[in-house]
Amino acid sequence: MAAKREQEPITMDTFLSGLWRENPVFVMLLGMCPVLAVTNTTENALAMGLATTFVLVCSTGLVSILRDFIPKEVRIASYIVIIATFVTVVDYAIQAISLEIYNALGAFIQLIVANCMILGRAEAFASRQPLGKTLVDALGVGAGFTLALLCLGTVRELLGAGEILGIQVFADGFEPWVIMLLPPGGFFVLAGWLLLFAWIKERQNQRAAAAKEATADGR
Amino acid sequence: MDADSLSYIFLNAAIINNFVLALFLGICPILGVSGKLGTAFPMGVASAFVMLIASLAAYGINIVLGYFELEFLSLIAYIAVIASAVQLVEMVVKKFSPPLYRALGIFLPLITTNCAILGVALFQTSYEYDFLQSLTYSLGAGAGFILAIVLMAGLREQVDLADVPSVARGAAMSLMLAGVLSLAFMGFAGLGG
Repeated sequence: MAAKREQEPITMDTFLSGLWRENPVFVMLLGMCPVLAVTNTTENALAMGLATTFVLVCSTGLVSILRDFIPKEVRIASYIVIIATFVTVVDYAIQAISLEIYNALGAFIQLIVANCMILGRAEAFASRQPLGKTLVDALGVGAGFTLALLCLGTVRELLGAGEILGIQVFADGFEPWVIMLLPPGGFFVLAGWLLLFAWIKERQNQRAAAAKEATADGR
Repeated sequence: MDADSLSYIFLNAAIINNFVLALFLGICPILGVSGKLGTAFPMGVASAFVMLIASLAAYGINIVLGYFELEFLSLIAYIAVIASAVQLVEMVVKKFSPPLYRALGIFLPLITTNCAILGVALFQTSYEYDFLQSLTYSLGAGAGFILAIVLMAGLREQVDLADVPSVARGAAMSLMLAGVLSLAFMGFAGLGG
């Protein structure tokens, strides 16, 4: 598949596949730790998504530029060091921009290093594709990751505190589901989203099968 | 119990703030390798072993980097040590148990990107633990990780025999199981506090 892709030009599809069809969280199940840990508010989810996207784009870009110079035997170690460098940059940048967000995200900014999604993209895509295509792909995957974080963050904040981005949504009589902000809530909300997508997919498959059967009967 | 005592640090890392079920670290191997009890336990032990090495190494790295005032390099140093330790474990497993090596597959090198291990190094630094405390913390974290992965594997083996709706099979079911386990572990909050 990789050999075939090399001839293909950069298309919107490169971007969209990362965003939706090969969504890193909902489809590939990569990088789950930050997805569950920092999505108790929408703001944290957004900050984490942007930080991860930045690291992803920069590090895969650099891997792509250096792909002819990195010896095959030590490639994973080289990628990890490149990623760790950019994570250090983000770590200090967020500390400078907003100490509040820095404290809320805690160790999870530094733990971006251990996000298997970034290493996965560097190994599977950036190490054999030219720079332009790698950047588009990284932007797509990053956008998909941010989208997934926002999906979880909004649901958890809405149910757990009755707010979105700190703005009250429900009337005063609403009793917040505190469990949604606690660790079990993260697992349950993500499971809920996966169930929803699996259900949609099954409906589509059933409909496609039914349509196929109908045309077969027509003949 | 005193918050700095070794027994409290161990209990805290293993059960009260379990790395997997309360702090969300190391979810990838938990979802990936917990299908069978036979592979889950060795995976847990391998990860716990790397945690121990990483914790000891991080303690040394902090002293060296502190001496040269190069603290901003700590993250890169930790991850380099963890990657080497994982390489070591991989070679040992490959030499002594080829079937296990094949069963763990891609997840063995992926211990490098197990955030629980980097997490141990980062947390013990931010809590400013001394040598014995760091050692206890990493042992507790390792025990907690083994506990979580074995519990998950046991549950998933049971669920395999149950009649689960087809949409819920796979990851969604595992996440719900993890959620229920996490609920149970919340009951330990305040233990020893």
